[in-house]
Amino acid sequence: MTTSSHWQPAATLATLAARAALNARLRHFFAARGVLEVETPQLCHHSGTDPHLHPVTAAYQPYPQATVQTLYLQTSPEFAMKRLLAAGSGAIYQMGKAFRNGERGTRHNPEFTMLEWYRPGFTLTQLMDEVEALVFHALQLTTAPAMQRVSYRQLFVEQLGIDPHLITLDPLKALTVGKTGVDPSVLNSRATCLDLLYGHLIEPALIEPVFVYHYPAEQAALARVVNDSQGQPVALRFELVMHGMEIANGYDELCDAAEQARRFDADRESRRQQQLPDIAADQRLLAALTHGMPACAGVALGVDRLLMLKLGTRTIDEVLTFPLEHA
Amino acid sequence: MAVYSTNEFKTGLKVMLDGDPCSIMENEYVKPGKGQGFNRVRLRNLLNGRVWERTFKGGETIDGADISESSMEYLYSDGEFWHFMKTDGSFEQIAADKNAIAEALNWLKEQEQYIVMLWNDAPISVTPPNFVELEVAETDPGLRGDTATGGTKPAKLVSGASVRVPLFVDRGDVLRIDTRTGEYVNRAKKA
Repeated sequence: MTTSSHWQPAATLATLAARAALNARLRHFFAARGVLEVETPQLCHHSGTDPHLHPVTAAYQPYPQATVQTLYLQTSPEFAMKRLLAAGSGAIYQMGKAFRNGERGTRHNPEFTMLEWYRPGFTLTQLMDEVEALVFHALQLTTAPAMQRVSYRQLFVEQLGIDPHLITLDPLKALTVGKTGVDPSVLNSRATCLDLLYGHLIEPALIEPVFVYHYPAEQAALARVVNDSQGQPVALRFELVMHGMEIANGYDELCDAAEQARRFDADRESRRQQQLPDIAADQRLLAALTHGMPACAGVALGVDRLLMLKLGTRTIDEVLTFPLEHA
Repeated sequence: MAVYSTNEFKTGLKVMLDGDPCSIMENEYVKPGKGQGFNRVRLRNLLNGRVWERTFKGGETIDGADISESSMEYLYSDGEFWHFMKTDGSFEQIAADKNAIAEALNWLKEQEQYIVMLWNDAPISVTPPNFVELEVAETDPGLRGDTATGGTKPAKLVSGASVRVPLFVDRGDVLRIDTRTGEYVNRAKKA
């Protein structure tokens, strides 16, 4: 399969043209709305600390015999873009490559194209409206009805009959083992069980476009946490799911430097417990947040997956010139 | 034996599950942008052919299964075991039991080549060639010249297999059989 002489691209020439057209439509969308295109580094001294993300490291040397410095290829341009926001950039977007170590499958390539944008002054609802408008524009949909919006809790109640915020670990574990046949010993937290149920049962059933919002607080990542109408702390975070596939992930962004520092610490502790490599907290991000970042909503969208939807392909490889094994 | 992590899973990988050797048929990587990744895997149990679906957490490891396949020549049966010989020049012989021979039992022919799958050097399955030529042991007398009516009748082959054959086939005819479907293909020659 990966013979060294296999030189042909995975994508057809028609697919290359479709990607170029999609990129142009996306840029046009933002130009028309006055959102500034920016470029931030892919090679950085820091990386996100999320224990579920494994950055690709790069060996940097100022000169060939010098001691190697470990740098990171970015898992997303989030930190750098937030520093621009703190510097007063206003609304910005970036379309570029992001890298996630080990993520390979029919919908994953470790190097992929991410469209990320930030809207100062937007609420999460306003950002969902804009994501919806962008997807309609990008896929040239005209007659489709408005996309449905449903809370994370509602999905679990409807599909599995449980409240994901309230169910305790033992019954959740029993349900997860029963539904998936996973080895119970690997289910060490509620979040792990919920991720498995969501990824294997709930998400694949979401065929029509739907925004899922109000994720459990422990899955907040870099989103603000508030109490919902039932007094339950939830993350101000949404995902857009289409054809059973995650397309975009948005936050009402955490602007509080002290809370950000606490989340870095919690991630690093979790990394330590899982014997994952430590990643230092990005002091430049914390300094920018301390200086002050405007209240904003931000979202990252997988451009390769959007192209998969546009062309109706089953695998990400069909929309890539050279997937990992042939790169 | 090797240990495989979920991110090394791929179609055809042979692994141990619940003490049985299995072959991965399908491996689907499911990971949310934020959150824990899992692999949803379909495996075929190589001992009994059953298909299992399992879910593994990203980073979980399982033991590899020591599985090898080699082309071997069928020699004879002693009633309890079926004896094969390696054709790699070693003349090494192995004996397959009733379970291992099951898939090939109807299509055994001396000096024919079979694919024998070994687990820890012991045979667990024998795959016949796609086509095998076998002599008819019993059937109703052939209707000479009847090659057009399309009727069929039962015939028993020297290997013990029962197949449907055209009416013109006679005892002693050598027939070419598709072992994947168990169906008659054509008459090879007179014995």
